[in-house]
Amino acid sequence: MPAADTIPSSDQRSRTDARHDAWFRGLLKFCALLVLAALLGAALSTLWGGREVLFKDGFHFLASDAWNPVSDDYGALAPIFGTLVTSLIALVLAVPVSFGIALFLTEIAPTWLRGPVATAIELLASIPSIIYGMWGLFVFVPFMASIEPMLSDTLGKLPLVGKLFEGPPLGLGLLTAGIVLAVMILPFICSVMREVFQTVPVRLKESSYALGSTTWEVVWDIVLPYTRSAVIGGIFLGLGRALGETMAVTFVLGNAYSITSSLLMPGTSISSSIANEFNEAVGTHRSALIALGFLLFVVTFVVLLIARLMLRRLARKEGH
Amino acid sequence: MFRLGALAVFVAAALGAVSAQATDITGAGSSFVYPVISKWSASYAEKTGNRVNYQSIGSGGGIAQIKAGTVDFGASDMPLDEATLAKFGLGQFPDVIGGIVPAFNVTGVAPGKLVLDGKTLAGIFLGTIAKWNDPAIAGLNPGLKLPDAKITVVHRSDGSGTSFNFTNYLSKVDATWKAKVGEGTAVNWPAGIGGKGNEGVSAYIRQIPNSIGYVEYAYALKNHIGYARMKNAAGKVVEPKTASFQAAAATADWAHAKNFNLLMTDAPGADAWPITATSWVIMYKQPKNAANSKVSFDFFKWAYENGQEQARSLDYVPLPASLVSQIESYWKTEFKQ
Repeated sequence: MPAADTIPSSDQRSRTDARHDAWFRGLLKFCALLVLAALLGAALSTLWGGREVLFKDGFHFLASDAWNPVSDDYGALAPIFGTLVTSLIALVLAVPVSFGIALFLTEIAPTWLRGPVATAIELLASIPSIIYGMWGLFVFVPFMASIEPMLSDTLGKLPLVGKLFEGPPLGLGLLTAGIVLAVMILPFICSVMREVFQTVPVRLKESSYALGSTTWEVVWDIVLPYTRSAVIGGIFLGLGRALGETMAVTFVLGNAYSITSSLLMPGTSISSSIANEFNEAVGTHRSALIALGFLLFVVTFVVLLIARLMLRRLARKEGH
Repeated sequence: MFRLGALAVFVAAALGAVSAQATDITGAGSSFVYPVISKWSASYAEKTGNRVNYQSIGSGGGIAQIKAGTVDFGASDMPLDEATLAKFGLGQFPDVIGGIVPAFNVTGVAPGKLVLDGKTLAGIFLGTIAKWNDPAIAGLNPGLKLPDAKITVVHRSDGSGTSFNFTNYLSKVDATWKAKVGEGTAVNWPAGIGGKGNEGVSAYIRQIPNSIGYVEYAYALKNHIGYARMKNAAGKVVEPKTASFQAAAATADWAHAKNFNLLMTDAPGADAWPITATSWVIMYKQPKNAANSKVSFDFFKWAYENGQEQARSLDYVPLPASLVSQIESYWKTEFKQ
């Protein structure tokens, strides 16, 4: 048999390759579009489900803090407030702590300690949120109830911030929920930070040390600038989780539709309102809850948008 | 086309053959009746081979499912009104009775020692009675040492039939509550914090000193939560127990309630517990699947006659005999069996 018949000519081969490439490219494009379609579909279906309250009097829904299933008068202000405040508390607590842990694990800790601690942190991330909720309710809430009188007596007496720590020592409320959320998102932020800190070239760090920098200076001036966008990405990953967290928050937040200046008072969040009431909700009530879901979409989207803008401004400042 | 038709006939024949031996019926709705219905259904399956598959998805869900015709019976803690029943061709009847009790945690006050009445309870839940030593509470409890402490109100955060019956009671006895809050499975609570489910509420009550809430009687009993006695419509102080729940069911005016559309709260009887509740089974009067509907009736008939001990063991209260005979005559006149 002549060889030319069995071995395809190079021209033919490249044509088959091109065809396979096109298929593969098409498949990848389809996968990518599927994500977009799913996102758009979810957003549109929540928008459609919430049309009864959103389109009838959308402004009232956004601006009112009423939540009255009896008279069908709904406003999203209290859940939005609770969601943002608890997530903010969680970030304020979790970011410095995860930064410290990541720093310790990559720069300071002896090598034999790094592995076990890193694994322990990753294990924290795999605990289901209902467990955090139950731990929060049965262990952490009584603890908070025992220290809250002390908080009110000390921090509560200060001007300005004092308002944040007034109220009865129930143990549950915005502060407790924020702290539980902080514990929950800490492993996510910390893992990302640790991973990216490890990618900093040893050359850069060694050079800096050689110039006489302290560990802190190396971290602040070399490691952080090198990994900044990834670090911010990790923080927003944690924030995303905090915004949408449901079960743990439901257990410790107190589920009261109110907006208060004190962090010790109970509140409610978007996702916990939905989880609580969806089962028995009919008609306008159901529509209001679905509309809340849509708002969670919007809130998350806005937060991500702000993150992107922040990164871009930082990059521009650096002259990239 | 012919093939498809033949297949349909074959499938129908096969299904028919199965249903001749044992029928699976499905119900969905109220979580309040779930424990007792699942217990009944196990014993009923042993006796007859027919299985009752009940899904505890909440009253709202149960109503939606029966309206859509996807289940053989729905169960709701809230009765449907005349117009809805007529529109969908549905009928409803009570299945079992339960009580709701005010539960509290006050240092120095033993369980069962506290006495409350409807107006005071409404005042507490409105936030107008804010301290335990308020004259309104002290007046009902002469000789009881009440602390000078703020009351923390605990209510359900999830929509529930328990909340519906509780707020219905407060609306009946207190005009301010009726005007400001009203009744519903979820309402705009003027005060306090919300716990998810009976377990959430009781966990909060146990952890927060000087708190008060409301839970199902069965739940309070099992978890040893202190509950209050209530002054009822007849002005008598009653203890929450089987006899007082049954007294409420017996003295409620069922005979004049069309389609059993009556809430037993604030019942007039001298020994009636004021916050007594039931849930309603909802079924089609002209069912599409007559065989399943027949089994459903058979199941509830069996439960009324033989399920009483099981209901009692779960701290529910069986319906009084007078009510059962009313329900059975309602079946005869209203439902095609």
